[in-house]
Amino acid sequence: MRRSASGRSVVALLLTVSAACATAHAADPEQGKALYESRCAGCHSLDQDRIGPRHRGLIGRKAGAIAGFEYSSALRASRIVWSAQTLDAWLADPERFIPGQRMNYSVPEAADRADVIAFLQANSTKDR
Amino acid sequence: MQSLKRRSFLAASGVATLSAATFGLVAGVPRRAFAMGSTQARDVDILNVALGLEHEAINAYQLGAQSGLLQKPVLDAAVLFQSHHKGHRDALMATIEKLGGRPVAEKPMAEYAKALNAGAIKSQDDILNLAARLELGASNAYLGVIPAFQDVNLAKVAARLAADETMHWTALSSVLGRQLPSAPLSFGA
Repeated sequence: MRRSASGRSVVALLLTVSAACATAHAADPEQGKALYESRCAGCHSLDQDRIGPRHRGLIGRKAGAIAGFEYSSALRASRIVWSAQTLDAWLADPERFIPGQRMNYSVPEAADRADVIAFLQANSTKDR
Repeated sequence: MQSLKRRSFLAASGVATLSAATFGLVAGVPRRAFAMGSTQARDVDILNVALGLEHEAINAYQLGAQSGLLQKPVLDAAVLFQSHHKGHRDALMATIEKLGGRPVAEKPMAEYAKALNAGAIKSQDDILNLAARLELGASNAYLGVIPAFQDVNLAKVAARLAADETMHWTALSSVLGRQLPSAPLSFGA
């Protein structure tokens, strides 16, 4: 299904706002690691699919692309490629970014999101 | 006693009062499409994530109990905590079904063992550290999804689940000799 013009505008606005927020905070991957362990590790890990899919190599990966993991149909159909900008919009409000997703866990503070994303970027290579 | 707990859980979620017609099943059509609106479907998705966490916790404690590494009274506590998670699982499954959803299935134990790197476990402390990590993660996950629930009664259920996980984490941390958090509001942050 094609995304509506209003939907594209919302996504564009989210990406613009998220990019502005990202530049206002010096992202800290070490702080991001601590945040990842407290907020994300309930369901995710870097190297194993658990309640959520594994995260190592996430940057540059198409959403819903881990073979064998049961994603929501909304995520699989999203055509999103994970970048700092798309991750920021996703973590800020997953349901607004991809309606019908299943995560439903948000990270409200922009600085926290930037730190988590910096940690994921530091673990963006596919192999350990 | 267990049925009373389950009834209380369902009553708290509000689903026990929904009419049977709400959950009608029409042959050949996905049940969810008829049984739920989009807001209810979102709540079911959140509950299914919670159920996935409970499946994982049950299997983690089973791996610990079967390892031969846990000594009494730690083994007794692990079995008790596992029974709490089984209670959570049963209540979540019943609630999901009442809402017209399909509960996510438990995976084979070998998959949980691989995902949790069980092969690296060599001692009782390794098991307790893994359990504490999972309990803390679950507590934070439950607290984190509370704002996403459309039904405030389900949000309350998530808070009650988080309270149980926090109790487990606190007991495990005590056995491990860890200090309690020095700052307030450390959970869900």
